[in-house]
Amino acid sequence: MSKKYPLTMTVNDESVELSVTTHKTLLEVLREDMNLTGTKHGCELGECGVCTVLVNGKPVLSCLMLAPRAHNAEIKTIEGLAEGPILDQLQSAFCKYGAAQCGYCTPAMLLTAKALIERDTTPTVQHIQKELSGVLCRCTGYLSIINAVGSVCGLGDNCTDNLNA
Amino acid sequence: MTSFRVIGKHRPRIDGRARVTGQLLYADDISLPRMVYCKLLRSHLPHASIRNIDTTKASALDGVYLVLTGDDFPIKHGILPVSQDEYALCRDKTRFVGDPYAAVIAKTEEIAQNAVELIEAELEPLTTISNSTEALSVETPRIHTYGEEGNIHKRVAFDFGHVDQSLKDADHIFEDLFFYEGNTHLPLEQHASVATTDPDGKLAIWSSTQTPHYLHRALAKTLQLPATHIRVIATPNGGGFGGKSDPFNHEVIVAKAAMLLNRPVKITLTREEVFYCHRGRHPVLMRLKTGTDKQGLIVGQSLDTVLDGGAYGSYGVASTFYTGALQTVTYHIPRYQFRGCRTFTNKPPCGPKRGHGTPQPRFGLEIQLDKMAVSLGINPKTIRTNQLAKPHSVTANYLQLGTVGLGDCIDKVTEASDFETRWGNLPEGHGLGLACSSYLCGAGLPIYWNDMPHSGVQLKLDRLGGVTVFCGSTEIGQGSNDVLAACVSEILGIDPFDIRVITGDTDLTPVDLGSYSSRVTLMTGNAAIEAATRARDIIASVVSKQLGIPKNQLVFADRRVFSSEHPDKGISFQEAMVATETEHGTLGTTGSYRPPPAPGKYKGAGVGPSPTYSYSASVIEVRVNKDTGQLDVVKIWMAHDIGTCINRTLVFNQIEGSIYMGLGEALMEEQTFRRLPQKRSSALVHKIPSLLDYKSPTMMDMPPCDIFLVEYPDKQGPFGAKEVGQGPLLPIMPAIANAVYDAVGVRIDETPITPDKIFKAMNSSDKRVGPKDFPSINFDHVDFIPPPWEGGDGNAFVPPHPHQPRR
Amino acid sequence: MLRCPPFTYHTPQTMSEAVRLLHQDDVRIVAGGTDLVPNLKRRHQQAKHLVSLHQIPELHTITETDSMVTIGALVTLAEIAAAPQMMRVVSMAARSIASSHIQNTGTLGGNLCLDTRCNYYNQSYQWRQSIDFCMKEQGDTCWVAPGSPRCWAVSSTDMAPALIALNATVTLVSQNNTETINLADMYRDDGMDYLTKQPSQIVTQVQIPKTQGQHSTYWKLRRRGSIDFPVLSIAAAASFDKNKHVTQARLVLGAVASYPILSTATSELIGHPLTPQTIEACINKAITNAKPMDNTDHTLGWRKQMTKHYIRGALNELETLATTVHP
Repeated sequence: MSKKYPLTMTVNDESVELSVTTHKTLLEVLREDMNLTGTKHGCELGECGVCTVLVNGKPVLSCLMLAPRAHNAEIKTIEGLAEGPILDQLQSAFCKYGAAQCGYCTPAMLLTAKALIERDTTPTVQHIQKELSGVLCRCTGYLSIINAVGSVCGLGDNCTDNLNA
Repeated sequence: MTSFRVIGKHRPRIDGRARVTGQLLYADDISLPRMVYCKLLRSHLPHASIRNIDTTKASALDGVYLVLTGDDFPIKHGILPVSQDEYALCRDKTRFVGDPYAAVIAKTEEIAQNAVELIEAELEPLTTISNSTEALSVETPRIHTYGEEGNIHKRVAFDFGHVDQSLKDADHIFEDLFFYEGNTHLPLEQHASVATTDPDGKLAIWSSTQTPHYLHRALAKTLQLPATHIRVIATPNGGGFGGKSDPFNHEVIVAKAAMLLNRPVKITLTREEVFYCHRGRHPVLMRLKTGTDKQGLIVGQSLDTVLDGGAYGSYGVASTFYTGALQTVTYHIPRYQFRGCRTFTNKPPCGPKRGHGTPQPRFGLEIQLDKMAVSLGINPKTIRTNQLAKPHSVTANYLQLGTVGLGDCIDKVTEASDFETRWGNLPEGHGLGLACSSYLCGAGLPIYWNDMPHSGVQLKLDRLGGVTVFCGSTEIGQGSNDVLAACVSEILGIDPFDIRVITGDTDLTPVDLGSYSSRVTLMTGNAAIEAATRARDIIASVVSKQLGIPKNQLVFADRRVFSSEHPDKGISFQEAMVATETEHGTLGTTGSYRPPPAPGKYKGAGVGPSPTYSYSASVIEVRVNKDTGQLDVVKIWMAHDIGTCINRTLVFNQIEGSIYMGLGEALMEEQTFRRLPQKRSSALVHKIPSLLDYKSPTMMDMPPCDIFLVEYPDKQGPFGAKEVGQGPLLPIMPAIANAVYDAVGVRIDETPITPDKIFKAMNSSDKRVGPKDFPSINFDHVDFIPPPWEGGDGNAFVPPHPHQPRR
Repeated sequence: MLRCPPFTYHTPQTMSEAVRLLHQDDVRIVAGGTDLVPNLKRRHQQAKHLVSLHQIPELHTITETDSMVTIGALVTLAEIAAAPQMMRVVSMAARSIASSHIQNTGTLGGNLCLDTRCNYYNQSYQWRQSIDFCMKEQGDTCWVAPGSPRCWAVSSTDMAPALIALNATVTLVSQNNTETINLADMYRDDGMDYLTKQPSQIVTQVQIPKTQGQHSTYWKLRRRGSIDFPVLSIAAAASFDKNKHVTQARLVLGAVASYPILSTATSELIGHPLTPQTIEACINKAITNAKPMDNTDHTLGWRKQMTKHYIRGALNELETLATTVHP
């Protein structure tokens, strides 16, 4: 059995100190040690993207990140996206456009989109499509997700009309 | 048209916030004190006798609490009463790679897995039956001892009129073979269940199931417990698509383990195990023979299907009927013949996936119509619009149609895509394809025979104005909770967000049969309307008396009850509730729904009837690289006959999702298996049980879509609504096949339509890829049912001349 | 949930500490972990010790001189894709890998050392048990070619073909030695023993020589627009004189063998403009080494056909670049 080691992270702007076994991934630590079950899992092999969290502002797959690698990192999970009771504009847009159906890929889509628009407030529809394409969704056909993200980037209600442009 | 305040509007779903904040708890998110974990040992052989299982070492491992084998589960389960063929853990033999035969419950998931690997089993390989062809030729060993004979599970045969004669008399005959490859639901949430005993010692289970009621019955049967001592809670499903509609082994196992240990037991399947649960699209080989007159009007059609069912029954008997049942509801087919045959094979069982049994024959029919149009020199639009099924008619196989918006659907997509001018005239490599479809709005019969309602709703209304809807339906992401809130809020004049919706909990909610067969909107919607209307009636009586306004002049809107003549004369909804509770006492109402009786009375007429049918039409534009066969979908136009939208946003979402899933089936998805050389190994393994290798389209693979709604309210539907979750998937696959033909002149008569097949077809002499042979199958018994227009009354009878077996 | 087996995790701060840590039993190097972690979870690889390189500062830099761009092994694929000074083929390859999520953690060194892939091998332990395992791990048969004495798992790295096309070198550091070799020489045509690099050696950096007048491109075939590994990739680079005659050219075929194939067929191009004739001559010679097998996505026959099309496409693109773009 591998031994436990201390892990310090900032999760959703709060610093946390944990003692975890070294062979856990960040996904397991978030869900099982911190009960942050908003982070989902669909394969645990880096193939579906639904376990995405932001590590130092970048979307990464928490199922592939060994927990010690997150030591001293800033983590954002879906639980930390809203500001108190106020939904992030992306969250509101997802509600409005029906971009969350079963909701299982939604945390990953939202966090990936959040990282994108923090970096680039005026992405093209193709850019949104490419950045989010590492997360699979089986419900929406992606269109409402792209349109929701596009709507907060000033691309109007139906930016997917220009997908093949 | 009635003006609605809630119904038909673009509106964010009531449960959206939970979904965007990560607060929705799926089954694997549930964690209980003293919870322990379960892992299963699954067969590594495709077909094997279990000689011995030694669990000594596993039981001895520190942290292991319980090891279970088939001996602990003597009673079979299965979704259909006619195919109760699954043991929670295999007892005498295993039937596919992945079939579970032992379970370990331990302190952690890791210990459970380690212990599973310590179980020593002697499995003796049996002959592997890898596909329908082998199943039809190998008499023994039989995978199951029930069914028709050998490895044939089910045969069905119907003649709706003298089809042979019609085909003989036809001006043109079109005969084609098609193959539709199996594929799977691939919900992103892996199945999970948590079972526990409540403080009273009764069993409770939270599970990612689409059918809590059927699971409830299966648990009562397999565990020999009174149903009253079992509580099934369907957690929000992270996608279902039909893949969580059967009672599963792992649900029965954790339930039993929780009872034995008196503590919570959780299981979460791995992605690979989800592929073993499967119950997805059957691979189907089809022969479709259609006779037409000179104008291309169908005079008779015969369809033969062979389904590769996998190792268990699942919904397979229904699936077999469904491959033949809905051919008649889009175009008028005066005489129709159907032969269906499902085989058992050593693979994960197939069952219901979105469209259940109907996308396969739809693929054949719509491609064949395209071939007819080309051959007869008729535009593919015209050949369809010339012979649309008539609204409110009864079909040759006795299905009662409701409104038929298909003509309008075809008009919308062909006009928007300029199909009539552009089809056949685009530059080489560019093509347009048209296809149509229809689908059930709820199965007319329940899975087990009974005359009770299919859906029940209870409303609780209180003096603070609170309204809670209780219904056994299951939210799998489609928006069924929002539909309930919308229907109730429309009638009571309050906001959908004012309403609490409690669903899928057998302790709290009245029975609903589950989220399958596109039944939820229509059936729960009607039940909710009935309950809400009853409540409104009681409230209106009280308010009418109090305000001196005639009851029929009362309006429920804007959280008020007021006079339609003098809108300022009224009281708030909450005041109305206070008045009602004062006069009437505690208020609660119920509503229920049961589908109308179907006109068909012959044996087998139970599969296919529905209160009404939805219709869809799609035009798809593709670009095919003539050098490589690579295919780009440029644009998709889709029109859907929805009757009435309940929530316009959700309707568009469902159509987009259906298009996407159809695109996956059309272009890349396939559940395929590897057979190693017999002398080296008897392996028959799933080739690609992972999210990387089982290809589902990514965001990069989605084309722009133009979506149109056709709204003719159907009197069977709640506010006139029809289904939308499944129908719009069906035209995608044939529309792409037809577009490929328009682009490069080749026919791909099988799915998926991959670049290598297009390349192969372009470089072959017959410009086609598809099946070339159809097996000979004996049908000893054929039911002859004259269609309504030939004097039939829906019953089968022995034909006046001795029946000649066809083959 | 799939989980990693237990191991001890080491975080050396210096290279000397890192190479010292490699002298333990059952030890593995981890960079981004995007290849290793799935392999550990599926029990392809065992590790009692993981040596993480991420705290070694010098492995994280990209530096540039007049003659050379040097990329540290721990530089992420996203950083390579975004680096302004990066050669076209390298950026294109980095951007094409998996998805942006993977690019954010996956590293250059990790992609260069990517385990070879095969759909008889990239499966769970239980699945592999069903086929009595395969030669690459625990078994004795290569199921792709059951009579074969060797393993045919496929080289699936995107960065290697791109960098080999630019004649890059790689630096390998062990406890007693630092050596720099041609990147092409780090690979071996064997699905199991696919690297010539010793387990005690760590890839620290890659050097890419700058070549005047050079154009380059990367063509990748995969089923989907994202996530997938390549099932065929073509990296091509060529320099042209002022008459647009090819002075130097390199062509690398990826994912059609157990190693990235540096083709000798470019000899057909040297001294001539890129014309349909020279390109066809080059293709016909180049494809003789491509050995796609039935162990990845897409059918074998079609991938063979596509190899020709993709070489043609890449070389045609170089021709267009040469006539329209200043390098």
